[in-house]
Amino acid sequence: MSHAVEHAHDPHLQHHFATRKQQAEAGKLGMWLFLATEILLFSGLFCAYAVYRANHPEVFIYAHRFLDSTLGGINTLVLIFSSFTMAWAVRAAQIGAQKALQVLLALTLACGFGFLGIKYVEYHHKWKEGLLWGKRYAPQSQAHVPTGQEGAATHGRETAHDVPVVPKNVHLFFGIYFAMTGLHGLHVVAGMVVLGWLLLRARRGEFGSHYFTPVDLGGLYWHLVDLVWIFLFPLLYLIH
Amino acid sequence: MHAPAQPAHPGTHVVPWRTLFVVFAALVALTVATVAATWVDLGKLNLVVALAIATVKAMLVLLYFMHLRWDNRFNAVVFCTTILFAALFVSLTLLDSKTYQPELIPDYAPAITPRS
Repeated sequence: MSHAVEHAHDPHLQHHFATRKQQAEAGKLGMWLFLATEILLFSGLFCAYAVYRANHPEVFIYAHRFLDSTLGGINTLVLIFSSFTMAWAVRAAQIGAQKALQVLLALTLACGFGFLGIKYVEYHHKWKEGLLWGKRYAPQSQAHVPTGQEGAATHGRETAHDVPVVPKNVHLFFGIYFAMTGLHGLHVVAGMVVLGWLLLRARRGEFGSHYFTPVDLGGLYWHLVDLVWIFLFPLLYLIH
Repeated sequence: MHAPAQPAHPGTHVVPWRTLFVVFAALVALTVATVAATWVDLGKLNLVVALAIATVKAMLVLLYFMHLRWDNRFNAVVFCTTILFAALFVSLTLLDSKTYQPELIPDYAPAITPRS
């Protein structure tokens, strides 16, 4: 492949890059560096989780039952499916399958809405029950003992002598819960904005085998959102 | 755009659809496994098992969906370094926290207990 021909005629090659390959790899590396900062951002919250759970496991064992792990599990499957459709969308862009690309981007975006919808249901329930962070923690009387409906969703073996005493400082569990899922939710919203933009560009026919970098890089961000949730789910919802 | 469309670059790797689907199926199966694991009482091991399954799921997403398997190795180096630093962060903090464990008074935490 002649260097001069590529440089002179390829409209997608920026002048500060020697080849398309170098340009694509630079873009990828840049995205991975950004994802690295995102991982370190979340690691701050994971660190808070780890320290607090190590020092006060009784708070986590008690409070996690207020979370509905069925809804959490569904959300996990929703995000996993959305990662599948996103990776598939990148493939569609690479082979120039325009219709498939648009459908898959739309599906991924729809999964984002689904995830946020379920999150809203969960948050709304916590709000009603007074299960909030810090000073706002004011559990309604029924909320003190997790109901059979929620308990059964998490463990099929609630026994009469499970945690009869309410531990102190339960509000910190919910502080950690809302901080982690909230920050994650914000990232989902940002990802959905990116997906919407990619969908608009795809409908304008901007992507194909000749150029698909934005789909590729936007996809990487979306997978990160899935990755974070893959750890959030067992750590918050499936505590034994 | 006057130039004819050219492939992004020679050797662009396209992931086979079958690979994507198999990875997806594996992720779903592992999610079911991680929920099922909570029904078995393994004591302290439950956390280890949960994190191990989550790590396997994460590896699948990273290698196949995020293309690290076929990418320039340096991207994987960036990712592994990130994990290394995050692990240092959490482990050293926990070490510090555990050092003071014997001095903790159960249920006594005046700095964080709400004054209601």
